[in-house]
Amino acid sequence: MTHSSKILLAGLFITGMFFTSCQQAQERTEQQEKPNNAYQQTENQKLEIQKLEMTMKDGKHVLPELPYAYDALEPHIDARTMEIHHTKHHQAYINNFNNAVEGTDLAGKDLEDLFSEMSLHPAGLRNNGGGHWNHTLFWEIMSPNGGEKPGGKLLDAIEKKFESFDKFKDEFSKAAATRFGSGWAWLIVDHNGELQVTSTPNQDNPLMDDAAVRGNPILGLDVWEHAYYLNYQNRRPDYISSFWNVINWAEVERRYEEMIG
Amino acid sequence: MTHQLPALPYSANALEPVISERTIHFHYGKHHQTYVNKLNDLIKGTEFEGATLEEIIKKAEGGIFNNGAQVWNHTFYWNCLQGGGQQEPQTPLMQAIEDKFGSFEKFKEEFANAAATQFGSGWAWLVKKQDGSLEIVKTPNAENPMRNGHTPLLTCDVWEHAYYLDYQNRRPDYVKEFWKIVDWEKVSHRF
Repeated sequence: MTHSSKILLAGLFITGMFFTSCQQAQERTEQQEKPNNAYQQTENQKLEIQKLEMTMKDGKHVLPELPYAYDALEPHIDARTMEIHHTKHHQAYINNFNNAVEGTDLAGKDLEDLFSEMSLHPAGLRNNGGGHWNHTLFWEIMSPNGGEKPGGKLLDAIEKKFESFDKFKDEFSKAAATRFGSGWAWLIVDHNGELQVTSTPNQDNPLMDDAAVRGNPILGLDVWEHAYYLNYQNRRPDYISSFWNVINWAEVERRYEEMIG
Repeated sequence: MTHQLPALPYSANALEPVISERTIHFHYGKHHQTYVNKLNDLIKGTEFEGATLEEIIKKAEGGIFNNGAQVWNHTFYWNCLQGGGQQEPQTPLMQAIEDKFGSFEKFKEEFANAAATQFGSGWAWLVKKQDGSLEIVKTPNAENPMRNGHTPLLTCDVWEHAYYLDYQNRRPDYVKEFWKIVDWEKVSHRF
């Protein structure tokens, strides 16, 4: 079981075409056009970041062990896909990220803090840092004992936001199905503590400072073709339907309840 | 105008062992067909209903662009490949490649690098620019160099669906094998 800790990060959004993000009250980002709507740009946005515990060895990121066997999610996700996904794709993001930050002052920085200033850094850090973080979350929010639906405060919040669990499923599934190319679908908790469904391209995620919709992911679905092609080929919607059978709602609920305190 | 899936210029197993018949079955029979179907649905009642794919690539946005460009990109990709044995570029394309990249080997290295480093889904291209010179470009998702006024000569599809059944995560191996099936006769003629 991975434990999460919290830190408070304040991002100040200033009115206008451009925004300036201040981190730790010191570091000024470059001016950059934001795709966000005017409302968000005029709000003082406080996003309480929920951190993942990353597996480190000698100051470097290492591949986390899967919390279940490669064949544990069959028939929904096959063992061969899980093994290649974990030992090849995820490992490659880790290797590339370690190589990119080696010897720089970014080597010891938490990935979430890097994401908060992502637009300042080269694409390699975004792609590999995002790839590492996203997959780490993905393995945790699945389980062979998953499926059904959440309970507790999370179910209440889903029903309040989306009317019903089924309508939430429809919205999340649509976000996953319509993400063109490679990317992820997310259920996030935004800066107001509200649930939102969103999606991001490639290995971006909603913690990144230039995400169209920002927030803490509590559930993520990988819709890169490598996540499903051996088993589902072109049938991404079938993969998305199967995903609901393996969601580790206990972990998603835990993340949600930790967020809302 | 209803867009149609064009016939493959060879049989489904012609590119083996570089690209398997199974990959062609899904890539051509499912992915390419789905782009055609979605495009036909999306253009109904829009200004693009009677437009050519080239017009759609130059002017459309969103779903019409994505599906229209992917129809064109895949048709072009199939017409960059052949199963009759390894070829080399012909004159004057070979001369232009050597002038621009130093040698055919160096060109292949640079093209393979573009294909390997296109992060996520996309395409690597050899294009002829408006001034007649050659360039290697890479584009994400459905994007197509014609949008920037370039003329595509050769492309390699690096969406994972192009190679995952045969090569899984080993995209560089797919690109290395790709050279064995490039139809340099057609590519040289285009130039």
